[in-house]
Amino acid sequence: MAVVKLDSGYNIGVTPSLCKFIEHPKIEPTKRLEVTQDKKLSELSIISTGGTIASRIDYRTGSVTSQFDASDILIAIPELAKVAQYHTKSLYTILSENMTPKIWQDLAKAVYEEIKRGVTGVIVTHGTDTMAYSAAALSFMIDTPVPIVFVGSQRSADRPSSDNTMNAVCAASVAKSDLGEVVVVMHATTNDDFCAIHRGTRVRKMHTSRRDAFQSIGMPPLGTVSYPSREVKLENFAVQRGIHKLALHEKLEQRCGMVQFYPGMSPDVLKGYEGYKGLVIAGTGLGHVSTTLIPGVHNLIESGTMVVMTSQCMHGRVCDRVYDTGRDLLTAGVIEGNDMLAEVALVKLMWVLGNEPNPMKARELMQTDLKGECMRRSAHGL
Amino acid sequence: MDYREMGLIAGIEIHQQLDTREKLFCHCPTTLRDTAEHSGEFFRYLRATESEMGEIDRAAQEEMKRDRKFQYYTYDTTCLVENDEEPPALLNSEALDVCLTIAKMFSMTPIPQIHTMRKLVIDGSNTSGFQRTALIAINGSLPNGGKIETICLEEEAAQRVKDDIFSLDRLGIPLIEITTSPCMHTPEEVQQVAEYMGMVLRSTGKVKRGIGTIRQDVNISIKGGARVEIKGVQELELIAEVVKREVQRQKELLTIRDELNKRKADINLNEHKDVTDLFKNTKSTILKKAKRIYAQNLKGFAGLVGREIQPDRRLGSEISDYAKVCGVGGIFHTDELPAYGITAEEVDKVRKVLNAKEVDCIVLLAGSSDKQATCALNQVFNRAKSALKGIPEETRKMLEEGSTAYMRPLPGAARMYPETDVLPVLINDARWKGVKVPELLQIKAERFLKEYGIERNYAGQLASSEKLPLFERAIKEGIKPKLAAFTILSTSTELRREGIEIRNISDDAYLTVWHSVEKGKVAKEGIPDLLRLVASGSTVETAIQNLGPSISREEVESIVKKIISERSEFIQQRGKAALGPLMGVVMAEVRGSVDGKVVSEILKRELEKSLAAKTP
Ligand SMILES: [Zn+2]
Repeated sequence: MAVVKLDSGYNIGVTPSLCKFIEHPKIEPTKRLEVTQDKKLSELSIISTGGTIASRIDYRTGSVTSQFDASDILIAIPELAKVAQYHTKSLYTILSENMTPKIWQDLAKAVYEEIKRGVTGVIVTHGTDTMAYSAAALSFMIDTPVPIVFVGSQRSADRPSSDNTMNAVCAASVAKSDLGEVVVVMHATTNDDFCAIHRGTRVRKMHTSRRDAFQSIGMPPLGTVSYPSREVKLENFAVQRGIHKLALHEKLEQRCGMVQFYPGMSPDVLKGYEGYKGLVIAGTGLGHVSTTLIPGVHNLIESGTMVVMTSQCMHGRVCDRVYDTGRDLLTAGVIEGNDMLAEVALVKLMWVLGNEPNPMKARELMQTDLKGECMRRSAHGL
Repeated sequence: MDYREMGLIAGIEIHQQLDTREKLFCHCPTTLRDTAEHSGEFFRYLRATESEMGEIDRAAQEEMKRDRKFQYYTYDTTCLVENDEEPPALLNSEALDVCLTIAKMFSMTPIPQIHTMRKLVIDGSNTSGFQRTALIAINGSLPNGGKIETICLEEEAAQRVKDDIFSLDRLGIPLIEITTSPCMHTPEEVQQVAEYMGMVLRSTGKVKRGIGTIRQDVNISIKGGARVEIKGVQELELIAEVVKREVQRQKELLTIRDELNKRKADINLNEHKDVTDLFKNTKSTILKKAKRIYAQNLKGFAGLVGREIQPDRRLGSEISDYAKVCGVGGIFHTDELPAYGITAEEVDKVRKVLNAKEVDCIVLLAGSSDKQATCALNQVFNRAKSALKGIPEETRKMLEEGSTAYMRPLPGAARMYPETDVLPVLINDARWKGVKVPELLQIKAERFLKEYGIERNYAGQLASSEKLPLFERAIKEGIKPKLAAFTILSTSTELRREGIEIRNISDDAYLTVWHSVEKGKVAKEGIPDLLRLVASGSTVETAIQNLGPSISREEVESIVKKIISERSEFIQQRGKAALGPLMGVVMAEVRGSVDGKVVSEILKRELEKSLAAKTP
């Protein structure tokens, strides 16, 4: 079907044979407005990877275009201009499900360069699907003195009700706050009332479509940003600005995988991971797989794969010392992933194996808290 | 008034809610709720960009451009789609079928592939900030030769509870929008077309009934006038009146314009003064509260601002409506002053400050902030300025009785872009050919008259009754048409007037009652009593039992015989004329549990027998 836009604004689909070519439409150059930024405000960097923070609709053609340029973003979200001045960089324009560890590395380098240049904070716009993975990856790859804030929108930026504006304004407020770590800033509730600040290594997308999909798992959020007052409140356990010295450790071991155990899972599944340097298993309950899988796990470890056990419960800590299967797994050489989220454990495993050649030390690192991903105490309930 | 002579051109747009099982883009029921039953609330801001504000002057625009905060009520019958927290489901095919049926009834051409669009609506009535709408069919015709331009299928907006609070129960109910071409030339013609279209819609049996389920917008202009759209006429009977009053308004405004031009009236925005201090000690509570008061001189306007242009409406009301856009309560003008606590002395002072002459009219406006007052001042200036040119193109809202008030400028081209979350729907030949056209209600009424012998006005009422499906079912089940029609139209109405909750009586209950009558278990006369019991919660069966056992023909015969023998003297005196009085006696005895026809037949026979026996 050929889609025809009528004068009334409606689109209709008609058989192409009914259409006659008249002429190509004149493409009118879009008017470019330059926005002057307030040079007295702190400078923030906005690095976009493809998540749309701002868009423009051309009602004449019905087309929606994503905006990445600072001027365009400020035209779409004028409130941002009150918070800071911005330097923008469009690194990638991909859907977040197409992210790769290679892109995490490029992103880490870009963010590192911006911080080195002296910006007050960095905002990374990102599609929400894999935002938590990227936030975890940057948490491990960069020691940062300033906030690195991931932000996106759950409801498209082209709708007047989009969460993009509030999320962006709150993210910018956090980026110039006293924080000194990698975080995700998104709606805390379905209302447009405040955003939550989540630690990059403890955050998870817990709903497919709601605005408040992002939640901190195993700990409360690091703080909140009220809207529209933009007041940032940080908890005392949030890492403060300036605590860490800037450093980049961008190496990753990409031959790592993750598998979720399910009842009746065939040991053949594990064979697929032969040759991998690391494997994270999301086991049941306290961190179990069926007895029939244990020899397979043993073989993987014997042939040099580091196997880390996490739980598909998401909330709570792995403990393989309670039941026989667990003890057998430990005997086979499985590392207990403590209370790490499975996907965070995977990212960490890539980073640890990429940076620590000594297997014993790597094992130890996997159980050590590096960036708040692995807590010694289970202080927080469900 | 010769409307053709005046060049009246009118078109209508009808919005009718469809009675589908589910909403247009989610699987929630299309049930309206009592707002007291809401189970949750949330709030959002909707953001407008410059181009979305319509053509209002810059000051007003500034005032309104603030993000607006809206609150929403949710129910156990609404879901995340209404909350704008989940992508829409596929276009409801039941609703599409109803639209296609109506399209076929107007001999329209369906769109081969239907694309859903997002039409920007930022007044808060749609949580997303847009209304989903799709063009379904084009080019239809009306029996009077008029044309239907389009049929669109849209989602109904949320209902405003008050101010910026909306209720989500109504959001997403399928709504059909039918637009005629501007093809009508008299108020009566507009009314007739609206009535006809309403009848066609109801013929599908798939549209919602009751207040608020249908709304008509009317587009009107006269020669030398301007296109004005009047929104939300809910009462069909008022349409002709609305058209008449709009013609009157436009005519009066043109007369005012001519008078103004004769007087060489002019307005200059510079001829306003800040008169806040003048009203420091005023008795007018509105002016006393105000942070800023402006007086604008309208040169040469004296007497015209206060002149009536529609029942209860003046040019002053029009100017006031414009100012209200900025949030002020209204304006004062010297055509109506001194009044409202403003003294003649104060008016004189203002006149002096502005150097106003007798032919000038001064408008006073008060704002709770500088910004609001400036916004209102600009709006007053703009409206007064257009009075010199004639009539501004506007969207207006209907007031009670049929006058109208300014709402907003006419929308420019609809701001639409594709709803990418909804897949297009193909309407191929098979689907279009499969669309069955129902019998028109007016034809149905004719058939009831001819086939069932139901009186003309009853037949018409029946065809447009909400109980039409019940009637048709009864016919199908072999119930006598007149019995069903009488119960539906007459008995029910009487019971309703008595205050009986006839809504509690299900269609099945009606049918059981009728079948009992047809089987002779209950007399026709017993129906009201039965329905009273059913309405108060009883089943038909227990109601029949409670009303006493039915009386067999034999028993009736023996009662009749007994009564005749007891009253033989009376019968001898009156002869055949005794039938009437005796009928009453027998009916009282059987307490309505026997059909009057049966009683009368037996009584007649026995009476004749008795008379024959006694006659020598
Ligand atoms: Zn729903």
